Amino acid sequence: MSLLEVKDLKVRVEEREILHGLSLTVNPGQVHAIMGPNGSGKSTLSHVIAGKPGYEVTGGEILFRGEDLLEMSPDQRAAKGVFLAFQYPVEIPGVTTMNFLRTALNAQRRARGESEFLVPDFLKKVRNVAASLNIPMDMLKRGVNVGFSGGEKKRNEILQMALFEPAVCILDEMDSGLDIDALRIAADGVNALRSPDRAMVVITHYQRLLNYIVPDVVHVMSKGRVVKSGGKELALELEASGYAQFEDAA
Amino acid sequence: MNVALVKNETGSALSDSFAIARDRLPGTGKVVGAREAAFAAYAQAGLPHRRIEDWKYTDLRALMREVLPLAPAPGTAELTRAATAAKLHAIEGVRRLVLVDGVFAPKLSELGGLEKGLVIRTLRETLEAGDAALQAQLLAPDNSNPMVALNSAMMTDGVVIEIADGVVLTQPLQIVHIASGNVPAAMFTRSLLRLGKDAGATLVESYVAADGAKTYQVHDSLIVSIGNNSRLDHVRLNEDSRDASNISSAVVSLGAHAHFNTFGMMSGAGVSRYQATIAFAGEGSKVETNGVNLLNGKQHADTTLFMDHAVPNGASREIFRAVVDDRAHSVFQGRIIVRPHAQKTDAKMMTRALLLSDEAEADNKPELEIFADDVTCGHGATTGALDESLLFYLRARGLSEKEAQALLIQAFVGEAIESIVNDGLRELAIAAAERWLEARG
Repeated sequence: MSLLEVKDLKVRVEEREILHGLSLTVNPGQVHAIMGPNGSGKSTLSHVIAGKPGYEVTGGEILFRGEDLLEMSPDQRAAKGVFLAFQYPVEIPGVTTMNFLRTALNAQRRARGESEFLVPDFLKKVRNVAASLNIPMDMLKRGVNVGFSGGEKKRNEILQMALFEPAVCILDEMDSGLDIDALRIAADGVNALRSPDRAMVVITHYQRLLNYIVPDVVHVMSKGRVVKSGGKELALELEASGYAQFEDAA
Repeated sequence: MNVALVKNETGSALSDSFAIARDRLPGTGKVVGAREAAFAAYAQAGLPHRRIEDWKYTDLRALMREVLPLAPAPGTAELTRAATAAKLHAIEGVRRLVLVDGVFAPKLSELGGLEKGLVIRTLRETLEAGDAALQAQLLAPDNSNPMVALNSAMMTDGVVIEIADGVVLTQPLQIVHIASGNVPAAMFTRSLLRLGKDAGATLVESYVAADGAKTYQVHDSLIVSIGNNSRLDHVRLNEDSRDASNISSAVVSLGAHAHFNTFGMMSGAGVSRYQATIAFAGEGSKVETNGVNLLNGKQHADTTLFMDHAVPNGASREIFRAVVDDRAHSVFQGRIIVRPHAQKTDAKMMTRALLLSDEAEADNKPELEIFADDVTCGHGATTGALDESLLFYLRARGLSEKEAQALLIQAFVGEAIESIVNDGLRELAIAAAERWLEARG
């Protein structure tokens, strides 16, 4: 069974249709890249998969391991193993990152009927993950993302990904606002999480990120549809020729 | 002037009840005269109502309707029930001073082994036999505020604490007001804390009800003087029953280079008003006053602060947070006055309200009156709902809607709670906030 199946998805925001029948099948172990110009609906797709309010699904379905994802609340999706790395992670003053991570991890575990992590075990786990991502523990004592640089915010997203061990990771424009060094650190973090049981969907505007996170499948989105799919060489082709040809095709 | 509105439930005027209670009210001579003048002032004004600017948002004629008769002195049954409540709300490591139905309860209080330089008396004994200076301090509040006047007329008991020069108490003192609530009644209490020079203390005030308490009214006042170079930390927790009203006043005066750090949390009482006047009498002093209202159902809670910068080089900070759910109503009135000579005053006030339902209401009224020209003063007020983008972020990480809201509410009130210096007391306030959040379901 495929891990994530988007079938003929139609989505409206207010009165405007953004996705006009989008389909996508993601299998365990795969890394899919979704590329496309601004306004092609890439972020809408990631938001609808995660369950963000404000989107109206008017047609099609999203199945996660065969289950209807659209019937689930955002927290149920997270507990099942769907993870969205935000393009713009929010700042939450007054909630320390540490407290947030533990609350979230234990909420997911409770929802799955698993035992909650005790503080010492949790600390050990966080310490290991943080060290691998080059995140100092001091950063985790501050409010969630408060005063973090763009690179730190993205690393914090990957830290969560590593901690929650989701089955599907959607990375929404992970490269936006990152310089080349920050991008490399973030990409290394993502690559370390590649596994035969896990799938990733990397949403990006630029080919650059795909030099670091090499995809198995590349999709080109334009005007709310997938207009072309292919191997990793498709990304390079796009880099050379641009999106214009697909905008016409759509 | 509206005497008809100053009636108790039996239909007899409150003045009858004052006459009846008179025998139980301590003090002779000057004290009696002061009581009579205070009562006359109250009787003329009656319960404050919305046409009086200071009470615009808290119309006691609508909210309280009447002043209940003086609570009878607690008997064995009441004291036993109060003892259970005292245990339930006990704080480790503090010296407990308990008032039951407005009367000091020595058996429930810890009076043994007082530190050197600490003297504790009851209001009753101070008014009956105490020294003239203490009496003058107790009778100092004028009758311009009707609820203070009523308290001056009816004050029955309370705790009078003196801390000598140079004495820094390590053990916090706690005044616990327990209502047995056997019959619908009012209690009138007044306490005094006099902190000498180069001294330090921590005072906690708690308001709780014994199990099964009925309708009751708390009318309380606290008079505080902080000597030069002294520091007082003050925490006030109102967990009165939902059928209760709590009208409390504080009058605080600071000497030079003194420090007053105060935190108040209102999560109890159906109707409450806490009005505090903080006066800078000496230069170079500092005040931090912080508060949190956690309200739901039909609760109404009013915090009215008056910061009086009368001398130069004073600093004050006010941080106030209100979380308002259901049809509850939160009121914050913050008045800062900087008098003509009070140059180099640094006064700031920030109040924020979080509305959790469409019917919740929060009123913020900042008032700055600045008569000096070399000062730093500022205030800010915001009112809003929980941020949807933060809620979604937390839910996308696995928190249920209630859990996500709870975490954001804790963060919202956190800044004010963090101001409590004593670790144990801060934990206590956090626990009270958590209890409120859990009760939301």
